[in-house]
Amino acid sequence: MERIPILRIGDLLLVSIQVDMHDRLAMTLQDDLTERIVSDRAKGVLIDISSLDLVDSFIGRMISNTAAMARVLDAQTVLVGMQPAVAITLVELGLTLPGVKTALNVEKGMVMLGKR
Amino acid sequence: MSSNDTARRLGAVIQEHEQQILEAWIGHLNSLSFRKDAAVADQLRRHCTQLLSLLPDATVTGGTDNIEGRAWDEVRNLLAEISNQRAKQGSTPSETATFVFSLKQSLFAALREALSAEPAVLADALWGSTTLLDQLGLYTVEVFQKSRDQIIVRQQQELLELSTPVVKLWQDVLALPLIGTLDSARTQVVMESLLEKIVETGAAIAIIDITGVPTVDTLVAQHLLKTIAAARLMGADCIISGIRPQIAQTIVHLGVNLEDVMTKATLADAFEVALARVGARVTRIAA
Repeated sequence: MERIPILRIGDLLLVSIQVDMHDRLAMTLQDDLTERIVSDRAKGVLIDISSLDLVDSFIGRMISNTAAMARVLDAQTVLVGMQPAVAITLVELGLTLPGVKTALNVEKGMVMLGKR
Repeated sequence: MSSNDTARRLGAVIQEHEQQILEAWIGHLNSLSFRKDAAVADQLRRHCTQLLSLLPDATVTGGTDNIEGRAWDEVRNLLAEISNQRAKQGSTPSETATFVFSLKQSLFAALREALSAEPAVLADALWGSTTLLDQLGLYTVEVFQKSRDQIIVRQQQELLELSTPVVKLWQDVLALPLIGTLDSARTQVVMESLLEKIVETGAAIAIIDITGVPTVDTLVAQHLLKTIAAARLMGADCIISGIRPQIAQTIVHLGVNLEDVMTKATLADAFEVALARVGARVTRIAA
């Protein structure tokens, strides 16, 4: 079964989404990520979506939910690398992801989490 | 006498008296004299000659009642070309229409001379030529209007591109001075250029200056909030600056919620905040 890899960098976890999301994959990712946050005692999560050209309301909601779950486990989530076209689409859809922090790229996201 | 016969007689008269009509027409146009200039006079004579040489054939085959037919294609094309040239040169619509209408006087003179023996035919021919020239004149104005509209549309597009510059004020600090009213189309352009510049420069903060926006209503505010939300999704914060006292009042009266957005009165204030955010400071060198 396909899975999205979760990489550990120091006390951060990096998730790079590069394939089309569907229900099963999203559920698996949320399972894996919450497990890893607990087992690795991670302080922060970076979700990189720089290779996604298309983000629909489903993925938007999935990201919001994942961030909320991480927050419950005391890990801050930063969404990084959103394409301009994706940002415009999400705003037009009314999905402004209010609870989620954002950064331009992985590097800036790590700086942002490091300051905490 | 049928209208076909009238058209034939009319065409014949124009052909026979072409030179005489041409001279009278140009003389008349010159007496109205919009502009005196050798190049313009040359062009005018060329246009008159071309139009007058096309008229007899078109009149005979196409009739005078309707200029939509195929027989009038050449004449219509010529008039369209003349109108377009005049629109580009900045003539007024009445100047352009007068070009055609002024043909009446000289044409009527030629008709009176040629058909003085047959009053009935003369009356018919006069009526036919009047309706014909009216239609041609109106057509000219229509084309003129169309080409002016095209010029306006092109200028609008150019203005749209010109009026949304994104400037880099400092390392990691962008400014977006907005001038003019924000509508949906412009918001789209503004949003796109801002987001692209954010990617390009890796900026962390953008200042949207609305000093040049004349009014802020709920729609404009919504557009601003959209732009800010999109920039935030990309990981850049926005500050709105240049809010005039009157606009502050309007925003509150309209109940627009700008509480989640950082707002500053002037661009200078916003710049200071932005510098602090990226960890820079401007100090005065002691004199």
